[in-house]
Amino acid sequence: MCLAVPGRVVGVEERRDTVMAEVDFGGVRKDVCLQYLPDVGIGDYVIVHVGFAIQRLDERSALETLAEFERLGLLEEEFGDGFAAAAREAGEQP
Amino acid sequence: MIHGPGCPVCVTPLEIIDKALEIAARPDVIFCSFGDMLRVPGSEKDLFRIKSEGGDVRVVYSPLDTLTLARENPDREVVFFGIGFETTAPANAMTVYQARRLGVRNFSLLVSHVLVPPAIAAIMESPSCRVQAFLGAGHVCSVMGTAEYPPLAQRYRVPIVVTGFEPLDILEGIRRAVIQLEAGCHEVENAYRRAVPAEGNPAAQAMLREVFTVTDRAWRGIGVIPRSGWRLAPAFAEFDAEERFAVQDIRTAESTVCRSGEVLQGLIKPHECAAFGRECTPRTPLGATMVSSEGACAAYHRYRRLELTHA
Repeated sequence: MCLAVPGRVVGVEERRDTVMAEVDFGGVRKDVCLQYLPDVGIGDYVIVHVGFAIQRLDERSALETLAEFERLGLLEEEFGDGFAAAAREAGEQP
Repeated sequence: MIHGPGCPVCVTPLEIIDKALEIAARPDVIFCSFGDMLRVPGSEKDLFRIKSEGGDVRVVYSPLDTLTLARENPDREVVFFGIGFETTAPANAMTVYQARRLGVRNFSLLVSHVLVPPAIAAIMESPSCRVQAFLGAGHVCSVMGTAEYPPLAQRYRVPIVVTGFEPLDILEGIRRAVIQLEAGCHEVENAYRRAVPAEGNPAAQAMLREVFTVTDRAWRGIGVIPRSGWRLAPAFAEFDAEERFAVQDIRTAESTVCRSGEVLQGLIKPHECAAFGRECTPRTPLGATMVSSEGACAAYHRYRRLELTHA
């Protein structure tokens, strides 16, 4: 949960008076609350933590970070099934 | 290099875990959490065990998901385990704010938020402190900005370098700290400008000021640090899970075997604990620092165990 992952905004809409975005994280798409970065638009890159965009990021930095996270297997850890991940760790051989 | 108390799972005290377990075991409750908390041991059980005994424990990606769950289950109580530093707090603040705005009365938050600057002060005030410089957590500053740090750097004459989280970021943070130490400086530097404007995120800060109020908070292994956390402000007290489920009076002492507190303070390295790699492993953790993949003990176990045990 400590990760904050950069992603690209691919859609923006208001839902119950809250600005929400669809954000693409190197192929995985998630609903993200955009309420704290109201000026962000489609095509912008943002840093997302637990479903909230907390800062903007330039495209080059975002793509570098995403590639690094992919290489380290962190995207699966962040967006995969939380129960499965915890169970996998519980079974890790000592 | 010392792992500080920088992982929110690791610094969450046993007592709040026991409160979570008590609430999660109730038949009327859907208990939601980030996945990292499932295996953190309380006094006797963890959330995995509560689920295996019939408790409705769910993992969510975003705390906002819990409001959807609450609306879909109007006859159940939906509780979210709100832990974390300043990075995570805006998400939980928004969720409580929305719960009030949308009238979602069957939602509540079990709050255990902690703050970085008071922890830096507490570490520097400790008589056994040997810390010479700090890498400031970048995403905490993405939200809060950097204004809280110059007074700390001046008072304790210690360099603070706001640093990102990737390997090169860490190396750059260390490099800048070493340059300052060699020059005898103690400034705040921002080595993570691409994600940290000096002012942070003003919209998030405004929401935090509205929903939370500063409070004393216990840290695992360190004890109570004055004004080092957030709790819900009086205007949002109706969403406080501790009050709603009357668990304020649960008191739990920390384990006597696990030395994670000393690890968190940088007083010992993980392998200097007698339980490390023996009764305490990632599969059978005694303390939170062995549970979370970001915990110091788990990291040592994963990357340095063979080197240490065969040395």
